Amino acid sequence: MAGSFNWLSQVASITLFSVRTLPQRVGSSLTAVLGVAGVVAVMVAVLSIAHGVLRAMESSSAPENVIVLRSGATAEMMSGLSGDDVRHISEAPGIARNEDGAITSAELFVIIDLKKKTTGTDANVPLRGVTKAATAVHQDFRIVEGRMFERGLNEVVVGIGANFEFAGLDVGDSIEVAREQWPVVGIFEAGGGVSEAEIWVDAPVLQTAYRRGNSYQSVYAKLESPGAFQEFKDALTADPRLNVRPQREEEYYAQQSETLYMLITGLGTLIAVIMGVGAVFSALNTMYTAVAARSREIATLRALGFHAGPVVISVLVESLLLAVVGGAIGAAVAWVAFDGFRAATLNFASFSQMTFAFDVSLPLLVQGVVFALVIGFFGGLFPAVRAARLSVSEALREQ
Amino acid sequence: MKYLVLVLVNLKRHKLRTVLTMLSILVAFLLFGYLSAIRTAFTAGIDVADLDRLIVRHKVSLIQLLPESYEARMEQVDGVEQALGQTWFGGYYQEQRNTFAQMPVKPDEFLDIYPEYVLPEAQSEAWLATRTGAIAGRQIAERYGWKVGDKVPITATIWTKSDGSTVWDFDLVGIYDAGEKGTDTTQFFFRYDYFDESRPDWGRGLVGWYTVRIDDPERAAEISAAIDAEFANSAAETKAEPEGAFLQGFANQIGDIGFIITSIVGMVFFTILLVAGNTMAYAVRERTNELAVLKALGFTDTGVLGLVLGEALLLTAVGGGLGLLLGWLMVSAGDPTNGFLPVFFIPGRDMVIGVILIVVTAFVAGILPALQAQRLRIADALRR
Repeated sequence: MAGSFNWLSQVASITLFSVRTLPQRVGSSLTAVLGVAGVVAVMVAVLSIAHGVLRAMESSSAPENVIVLRSGATAEMMSGLSGDDVRHISEAPGIARNEDGAITSAELFVIIDLKKKTTGTDANVPLRGVTKAATAVHQDFRIVEGRMFERGLNEVVVGIGANFEFAGLDVGDSIEVAREQWPVVGIFEAGGGVSEAEIWVDAPVLQTAYRRGNSYQSVYAKLESPGAFQEFKDALTADPRLNVRPQREEEYYAQQSETLYMLITGLGTLIAVIMGVGAVFSALNTMYTAVAARSREIATLRALGFHAGPVVISVLVESLLLAVVGGAIGAAVAWVAFDGFRAATLNFASFSQMTFAFDVSLPLLVQGVVFALVIGFFGGLFPAVRAARLSVSEALREQ
Repeated sequence: MKYLVLVLVNLKRHKLRTVLTMLSILVAFLLFGYLSAIRTAFTAGIDVADLDRLIVRHKVSLIQLLPESYEARMEQVDGVEQALGQTWFGGYYQEQRNTFAQMPVKPDEFLDIYPEYVLPEAQSEAWLATRTGAIAGRQIAERYGWKVGDKVPITATIWTKSDGSTVWDFDLVGIYDAGEKGTDTTQFFFRYDYFDESRPDWGRGLVGWYTVRIDDPERAAEISAAIDAEFANSAAETKAEPEGAFLQGFANQIGDIGFIITSIVGMVFFTILLVAGNTMAYAVRERTNELAVLKALGFTDTGVLGLVLGEALLLTAVGGGLGLLLGWLMVSAGDPTNGFLPVFFIPGRDMVIGVILIVVTAFVAGILPALQAQRLRIADALRR
């Protein structure tokens, strides 16, 4: 008992001693700190892109919402549903109802070219024709500027993300569709979901402009409860008049973001690991220098009866301390610089732009600091072992 | 020679420190190479875009189709040699995640307009003779293990057949190779006549976009304007632009990849400069005495400056050179996304930039300690 206390107090006193002498090695310590900070900042920033994409997709869906496409179609653009199809789908069991009837929105999805503000080059911006229930089906739809379009008129409302990313989408501007000018009358939010990258117009107006007759591409519906999905699905697949594929919104959006998420996470992790290896070398350098600079002191301590264990731990603690400071700086820089940073990218699944905000979340920050600790551990381990193996007599004889 | 020996001896003094510094420089240049390959992959084709090709698409959006009849009308425009219609087929092989580019084209015109897709003579003849024939790029053929002669079923997501079936059967008659570095070999081309007669009525006679070969790259802007004027005020107006501009625009849709990559590389190099600069500063500080002795022995101030800079250069050159080499090896070993990226290589230009960066890094890291060494006064230094 007394032995372990003694051991611990040795750890504490040596560690305190080495930390106190840190200012004497400020140059090399700072190098290690900044090295780790750089790695963590890059890692957190890149992964926050992937998280942002995922979050945009997640906030687009509600557990009780479903999307119905023609079977075989993997995205709205490839789908096609007739007016009759839409009517049959709306009559299916399990759909929630309000005073206007079934909460279903039959929609059209096309793409128009608009200039991206940052580059001035064309981008595929989604233009969606929606029916009345759309604002009830889609998550958290809210007009934040101007007003909603009048049904039957050539007016559009623009998602806040699209408004931010693409030129000529402020209230009062107008967009050219089918060689007509359609005025922008409002800006909307949709809880951070993918709709925010879209432009919305009344579906019949878009059908006319694109000569689509009475056809649609998708039906979005709100079910009475998430559990009603099976009943709804069975009814649609059993209906001989229909050839459609109902999906939960959650599954649909998860599948849409899968490629992009995997790609960014994969590349981001790879870059972080390579950079991390570089930072380990830099930390090793720092810690070896630190051990070398103090070899006489360490030898003196050993001669005084301190154990090797506490010496090892003190070096490790110093390394971890430097790394954790670096990690915290890096994570903080990434958070300040990138959290909420708006960007747009091409969603390969829908072949159109999606907007999202970089998402530097708490778990990501923790992940960054943990990664810093891993770097600190490997950076300190070998120098610590060297410190412990230091021959007392030789070290004291030096110089 | 004597300098080189001195530099080497000095580097060997603290072997471990030298090796660790070299390794961190190595990692920086490895990343530089790797990221340059990633950037190239995302901006695929821009560097190899043919100057004498234009892309003509529907003015409203790439997904809107254009009439087949435009081909003949475009070929009448002054400066246009040939127009080739292409359409995005958007199908997949066996499973939904096996997606890649498939396009119906007229084979003879296609082979003419894209000399960089290299197909053996016998295979192109077979393609011309087989209505259901298709050719695939080397990379995609290897990924799915296709061989010439195989039947390849592709499931359509947009173009169901007029009889309602979704599976199109193709005979793989050829596998094309990249004629130059950066040529995309993940694509799949099949015959337009087969496509047009089997697709449903609503799409018949329509194509996605045109690739147009012009006789003079200098006149690209003028010819583009003439093509757009030809179809102005029609139901399907066009937007013509050089292939490079089109691809750049498309890359911009994904995001500012160049900016992101440059930021990361900048961050990495900033860190490396700190590490290398710090090491060099240390090395000089430790050797103040020796440097003074060298000067006392008759080494000039410039000589000592050169000695320290030379040390930085050798350290960075070995570390950076190995880093670039390792990066190149890693990139050659394959792309990290398992074939999602159409091309994956480090362009020669970026290798040259890498070498320049080695020299610049060495200079920036070494110059302060070197100046310090140059200014060293013998008497002061020896008295310490």
